[in-house]
Amino acid sequence: MTDLYLNSKFVGTVPEGKDFVSKIIDDRRKGNVSGNLNLSFNKDLDEIHVEIGKGRVRRPLIIVKNGKSLFTDDLSKQLEKGEIKWSDLVKQGVIEYLDTLEEENAFVAFFEEDITHKHTHLEVNPIDMFGLCTSLVPFANFSPGARVSMGSKNQKQAIGMYIANYALRMDMDVNILHSPQVPIVQTIMADVSKFDKHPLGQNIVVAVMSYKGYNMEDAIIINKGSIDRGFGRSTYYRPAIAEELRYSGGLTDEICVPDKEVKGYKSERDYRLLDEEGIIHPEANVAEGDVIIGKTSPPRFLSSMDEYNLATNVRRESSVDLKHGEEGVVDFVLVTENGEGNKLVQVRLRDQRIPEIGDKFTSRFGQKGVIGLIVPSTDMPFSTAGIVPDLIFSSHGIPSRMTISHLIELIGGKVGALSGRYIDGTTFLSEKEYDLRDELNSLGFREDGTETFYDGMNGTQMEAKIFVGNMYYLKLKHMVANKIHSRARGPIQLLTRQPTEGRAKEGGLRLGEMEKDTFIAHGASLLLKERFDSDKTLIPVCEECGHMGFHHALRDNYVCPVCESAAQMSDVEMSYAFKLMLDEFKSLGVIPKLALENKY
Amino acid sequence: MEELFKEFASKFPAYLVEEVKENLPPKVTKAQVKKILETVEENYIYAKVDAGESVGLVAAESIGEPGTQMTLNTFHFAGVAEMNVTVGLPRIIEILDARLTIKTPMMEVYLVPPYNKGKDIRSIAMKIKETKLFELASEFQIDIVESQIRVVLNMKKLEEIGLTSKDVSKVIAKGAKTSSVKNDGDDIIVKLNSKDEGLNEVYKLKEKIRVMYISGVKGVSQVLPVKRGEEFLIVTAGTNLKEMLNLDYVDPTRTTSNDIREMGKLLGVEAARSTVINEVFKVIENQGLNVDVRHIMLVADTMCNGGSVKGITRYGIVSEKSSVLARASFETPIKHIINAAVIGEEDLLNSVVENVMINQPVPTGTGLAKLKTKVID
Repeated sequence: MTDLYLNSKFVGTVPEGKDFVSKIIDDRRKGNVSGNLNLSFNKDLDEIHVEIGKGRVRRPLIIVKNGKSLFTDDLSKQLEKGEIKWSDLVKQGVIEYLDTLEEENAFVAFFEEDITHKHTHLEVNPIDMFGLCTSLVPFANFSPGARVSMGSKNQKQAIGMYIANYALRMDMDVNILHSPQVPIVQTIMADVSKFDKHPLGQNIVVAVMSYKGYNMEDAIIINKGSIDRGFGRSTYYRPAIAEELRYSGGLTDEICVPDKEVKGYKSERDYRLLDEEGIIHPEANVAEGDVIIGKTSPPRFLSSMDEYNLATNVRRESSVDLKHGEEGVVDFVLVTENGEGNKLVQVRLRDQRIPEIGDKFTSRFGQKGVIGLIVPSTDMPFSTAGIVPDLIFSSHGIPSRMTISHLIELIGGKVGALSGRYIDGTTFLSEKEYDLRDELNSLGFREDGTETFYDGMNGTQMEAKIFVGNMYYLKLKHMVANKIHSRARGPIQLLTRQPTEGRAKEGGLRLGEMEKDTFIAHGASLLLKERFDSDKTLIPVCEECGHMGFHHALRDNYVCPVCESAAQMSDVEMSYAFKLMLDEFKSLGVIPKLALENKY
Repeated sequence: MEELFKEFASKFPAYLVEEVKENLPPKVTKAQVKKILETVEENYIYAKVDAGESVGLVAAESIGEPGTQMTLNTFHFAGVAEMNVTVGLPRIIEILDARLTIKTPMMEVYLVPPYNKGKDIRSIAMKIKETKLFELASEFQIDIVESQIRVVLNMKKLEEIGLTSKDVSKVIAKGAKTSSVKNDGDDIIVKLNSKDEGLNEVYKLKEKIRVMYISGVKGVSQVLPVKRGEEFLIVTAGTNLKEMLNLDYVDPTRTTSNDIREMGKLLGVEAARSTVINEVFKVIENQGLNVDVRHIMLVADTMCNGGSVKGITRYGIVSEKSSVLARASFETPIKHIINAAVIGEEDLLNSVVENVMINQPVPTGTGLAKLKTKVID
């Protein structure tokens, strides 16, 4: 007697588990039972689990019977001619979907030639154990799993052409690569996913060598000539959005060039690019502070009294402008309505991004790095054939990471570029390395991919033979232009008078708790005080009662709120944060008093 | 010559003077000795920590920085050791917090000769281990008719510990006062005194005598004889140092526990201090890190200087700081502020944290020196 569970609930028993399972599976393959049903037999627990619920991950496998795959050559030919489809194979019981539980009962052969009588299934293609991005990594079976997974993650950050109609869209944070290319070394997934419709990078010549130490620690060196010819050039698009919102009392926002009376009016110069409608015109060059969409809003917190008060009845400035460090060109202006019928203005900004020092690039194997130096092509090393590499990759990146795929792609790319064909690098089913080497040899190059190189600076021949080849390189979306940040003086927070936080607000770089500790550990006490002077203030403190007072500017005297004006007061230097804390103590009902003492 | 030594005795520790004395070559002039002593003094002064050096902070950083690398490594090493021992960061936290109950209490039991050469090591280990009845019994039979329990003993195990079934029955009789205990061959029969007891009572009795303590040191749940160099010792899981030191085959001068509180209670603060140093150092060492012992010694000194062990927690040494602001900046600030307000506490702003708060020079390093002037009216 075997216990039977349906969707993990006990429903009864069957006399002989094995027979029951094989009968149901047969029925399913014949189509008598739903193809969505999976069942598994656990011999040790003597239990059968039948699952037909939602949310199970299932994968297709070719059925093997008596040591023979049911997917015959006939079927293969029919499939090629288009006479049958995938769904027909599933209907015919050639392919079935297994869930994770049923997989436990299956014995799956990797390749057709591995099949024995014990096998129950055959893998459709070994790469369907990977996801889309991972199967785009060529020669993945030659690299450690960690690197393959990094490589597949890097591709998600690569700048390419994510969609063809990007010019008609208003997506946030868009990067489009100029002149993207299809990889020379690709996997079958490139075909399946129509990779040529949304490529991610460019094929370039990579030399594995060092160059004056500027490619230490994963840095890469790029040929200035390649950049001038368009390598790694991309455009960054960002929309700015303004809406005419409606408020209670019939008040609305208004998209227009703000009047000078408006509260918070910037300078006339900031509005100079706006047309009569208050919207900027396309192809205008804009920089930090420029207004893109002029807008005014009704005053806030309008009480009944204020309606008669002219002074408060002034509209607020609420234009969209460029934040600190932003610049670009207005690409596209869209005036439309939103769902509620309010006027909606979207302005798309465009900014060309030319590779610069610090921009991040990667191959498809997790071999990421930032540009360390851009070398004029005259100074780049060159080969006997006169080939100047586009990129110099450090050889130290290879041994510890063991990304052999990186090296094979170099050879593969070289063969592909020389013979004018695509190289199949599909994981587990790729073209063989020795075939590629033979082909490279027959093309008149050294079979190991090395070439004699000359120093670009003085023309001397290099002692070592340099490994050089073609590779698909990706530009990642992490660019210096989006991240560079520094500050000397700048905006402060209203509450604490400490510097603001973050690049967008031109914030300071925090000297945190542990950094503070290092100053103390060095005994650099006075330096530490100076570093924390960003919010220092002079507070008049009453010598009598120890409370904080203030300086009455009109009467030019000090006032202690407790002892009134009679008190003797002294200025005390402290951080504004401390003053704030004392005020917060007061709100707790705790009176903090400062006992003053002569400093000397 | 002696005058010279006397003169320098006040300038540096006496043991240094002694060391110089012992190592003097046979023929030296007074001038040469003076020069030697002066060099020693110079080096002694040079080796001293400068006034205003933030030793505590440096110690904290020196232990804390390697600690960040430790967290990852911990997982790998756990469970590889002979017994399952808390290692890595959790152990360090446990020590420095001076927890009352630690995760894996252990003892290292050293033995007196000849036992430390391996004599009867197994049987001694078994004797130390706390043994309960169910570990010795192969079966508990409940006789429903007679309302009695027959305990079938595993004689092989009994022999290992060196007990007879009579000894066992005596112990049971002592523990289960409401029943009579009889020997029946190797078996023991336990019967409730009062008749007409239900089966339930018998079952309860069975459960009670099942976990009854029979022999060994209470609290020692596992024993493991280990050979360290030439010597045999017994590592135990579970501690009971007090009982252990009473056993005559145990060397009381070297046997230790890894429970700081226990060591402190039994052997005094100095023992607790040493335990802190040794235990922390052991963890850091087995992680393959390199921390100077003196940093750990400073921490241990701080924990023990009040005469009892205090953890580095808000209830321990942090609660003893004199400054309200310093205490409030650690944990539970509102509690400290309110309490200070209730008693009208004064903060003299003498220490580091307060001065960082109000943005004044902290009184260490360059902030230590102050200008003293007379203000003329």
